[in-house]
Amino acid sequence: MHSDPAGVRASLRKYVMIGAALLVFTVITVAANRLHLAVPFAITVALIIAVTKGSMVAAVFMHLSNEKKWIYGALLLTAIFFAVLMSVPFFTIMDSIGTPQPAIGVGEHPAGH
Amino acid sequence: MNIPYTVEERPDSGLANGKLGIWLFLASEVMLFGALFSTYIILPLGALNTVLLISSSVTMVMAWAMLKLHNWGRHRLYLLATFALAGIFLVNKYFEYSDHLARGEGPSHSTFLAIYFTLTGLHGLHIVGGMVVMAYLLGPGAKLWKQNPDQFTNRIEYTGLYWHFVDLVWIFLFPVLYLL
Repeated sequence: MHSDPAGVRASLRKYVMIGAALLVFTVITVAANRLHLAVPFAITVALIIAVTKGSMVAAVFMHLSNEKKWIYGALLLTAIFFAVLMSVPFFTIMDSIGTPQPAIGVGEHPAGH
Repeated sequence: MNIPYTVEERPDSGLANGKLGIWLFLASEVMLFGALFSTYIILPLGALNTVLLISSSVTMVMAWAMLKLHNWGRHRLYLLATFALAGIFLVNKYFEYSDHLARGEGPSHSTFLAIYFTLTGLHGLHIVGGMVVMAYLLGPGAKLWKQNPDQFTNRIEYTGLYWHFVDLVWIFLFPVLYLL
């Protein structure tokens, strides 16, 4: 992050350019939605654009492109815990404990023989 | 009692205490919004507000930059613009909610709407929180600029980090809740 006035003055144009780029990406997101793509592809495209926009905000506006290692360390821990958090719903899908088993008919062998 | 390292950097971390504090707070916010996002994963799965929040991020970072350049007048202008854009965002949100509720689409209508109202409501509360802080920095909190300009600049930077995070969350909420 530039703290000296000369560095800050040089960054002013960059802030405006990034803001304009974010608006362009928003238009692209809306335009891509009008194409009525298949849901998995639409989700992929939307998330790629969102990650790109988010990275620009974090790197430039939040000055993460030039920060101290303590900030990066805190964010690395956040990313790890975030990944664990987002995986929790998948464990609930895979968990079959307590799920009713399909009824087996009279005289029908469980193995199907 | 003076709080240490509000302006000067700690020798061990190289950071002012407030900077590390706001980043740890934002880390907890990632987990808060992440928990709600994760509920959306198991579901089969307002551009205007996006424009407003992106614009407010630009005005916010410019408000900080103007303090670094000791341009108090421009700083006030940019911070006021950020506050106003946030206000327009909330007005839009009010019309959006009213439209949903008028059509009987409340949070109890479907799982999607329950998640939609929870996520956008929580995000809206964060907008209100940011506006309260900005109102303080525009009002009584502005006196600090004359007493300790570096500390005031740090406060604006931390407010900006929070505000950019709120913008960042919206960048992900917009395609997930409004487009897909």
